[in-house]
Amino acid sequence: MSQARHLLSVSDLGAEGIDEVLRLADTFAEVGRRPIPRVPALRGKTVVLGFFEDSTRTRMSFEAAAKRLSADVMSFSSSGSSLSKGESLRDTVCNLEAMGVDAFVVRHSCAGAPSQVAGWLSHASVVNAGDGAHEHPTQALLDCYTLSRERARRLGVHPPRPAVLAGLRIAIVGDIRHSRVARSCVAAFSTLGAEVTLVAPPTLLPASLAGWPVEVSHDLDAQLAKCDVVYVLRIQAERMKEQFLPSLREYTATYGLTVQRARLLGPSALVMHPGPVCRGVELAAEVADSPASVITTQVGNGVAVRMAVLYLLLGSGGSLGSGEAG
Amino acid sequence: MAERERAALGARTGPLQVRAVVMDRDDVRRAVWRIAHEIVERNHGAQGLVLVGLQTGGAWVAAELGRVIEAVAGVQVPVGTLDVAYYRDDIRLRPVVPAAATEIPVEVDGAVVVLCDDVLFTGRTVRAALNALCDHGRPAAVQLAVMVDRGHRELPIRPDYVGKNLPTRRDEMVDVSDEGVVLGEVPPEVPATGAAPAPSGPASAVEGRGR
Repeated sequence: MSQARHLLSVSDLGAEGIDEVLRLADTFAEVGRRPIPRVPALRGKTVVLGFFEDSTRTRMSFEAAAKRLSADVMSFSSSGSSLSKGESLRDTVCNLEAMGVDAFVVRHSCAGAPSQVAGWLSHASVVNAGDGAHEHPTQALLDCYTLSRERARRLGVHPPRPAVLAGLRIAIVGDIRHSRVARSCVAAFSTLGAEVTLVAPPTLLPASLAGWPVEVSHDLDAQLAKCDVVYVLRIQAERMKEQFLPSLREYTATYGLTVQRARLLGPSALVMHPGPVCRGVELAAEVADSPASVITTQVGNGVAVRMAVLYLLLGSGGSLGSGEAG
Repeated sequence: MAERERAALGARTGPLQVRAVVMDRDDVRRAVWRIAHEIVERNHGAQGLVLVGLQTGGAWVAAELGRVIEAVAGVQVPVGTLDVAYYRDDIRLRPVVPAAATEIPVEVDGAVVVLCDDVLFTGRTVRAALNALCDHGRPAAVQLAVMVDRGHRELPIRPDYVGKNLPTRRDEMVDVSDEGVVLGEVPPEVPATGAAPAPSGPASAVEGRGR
């Protein structure tokens, strides 16, 4: 299992691998509730956070996860490093590995960068923390975790298994084209048996949807009435190099989850968002703060899920996704 | 303990060859009754006690002791479970994942915690449990109750309450449940688990088995 050493794409895991991560995340969520929320499981391991692109939530979440596992954490950002002196990415990571690093958590604006890094390393693990518009596997895993546990809790189903996602209708709304979260979530949700519908203006859909296990709709109102989960995405203006939208106001009018639109949702429907939220654009502030919203739960669960990923890669014999750990 | 058992059983697929039935169901029941009385006697009652079973084999021991102590002392004693996977000292030697939930229903600060397990062997599981417990709070005291003490300690750990002292060879297996205690071995033609360090025996021997 060469793939088992790294987490580059959520598709590497399969349903069993996702289930294993979610099961372990439960145990780490319990650790998080203790007076001393820390276990010695990764004592002596070193995790490098290599964020070559801006991030607050994901970097802090990985840092908290590594520290709660008692790993040593080193941070790295491209500004203020030798990258600005002209050192290549390859030399940078190989030098770091030579210092005795066990895992690299890599975020990069170029799709495929974590996979490149993985190819250069001789023994360290790589976790993809978001690469370009390609993948963001730990976000998808924490969304699966949040979804299965919240659904189970609200419906009184016990024990919570990923099976509660089977047949679930999930509408992913917004800037699919530039979203790595959408790509990972579509793969993870459909692996667990959910029915995913993408809702977006044609300009914000990928050029080709061939092979995507999804339906497509341009009518948000019709989808809201029949979906169990509405997953709202941010308009990634910083990645837009051409005019994709007439204006943000027009986008909000047709695809924003406004207070009026949210009334179309069923009583048990959940509202999710990977953050950062642009209140008043893709999501009204009142909806983001309503009981249907699990946005802060997603963030809270992120630490437990990332602990599970780091532990599976570094602590339990490197058997992520191979099924061996089950 | 649960992980150790899993690792060993995974490699040794053969059935347990029973050499001797050491305790039958009634013996186990009487041992639970005696230990419950000893716990109440030693602690001058059952107030402030918390029973914590080590997952997975110790969970039933804690539950049974709790039931009997309630009958004997008329006090309902909180019963919890503890999985020590993340505290084990052999994490980097082989796959270790938690087998079951950790759930301690009350604050352990100031309580007298009785750790319960089925088999006491090297003492490494108990060492891990002590560290795990201290992350939950600061107990007034910690005591240790085991159904079987089979010897071969590798750490300075001594039980407070013992169902039966059972001298064993290192490569023997002890199977403990509320149905009885069986001493046996698994056919030697299957080698011990590959992930275990070669020279030392404990990782290849089962400490016990729950229900």
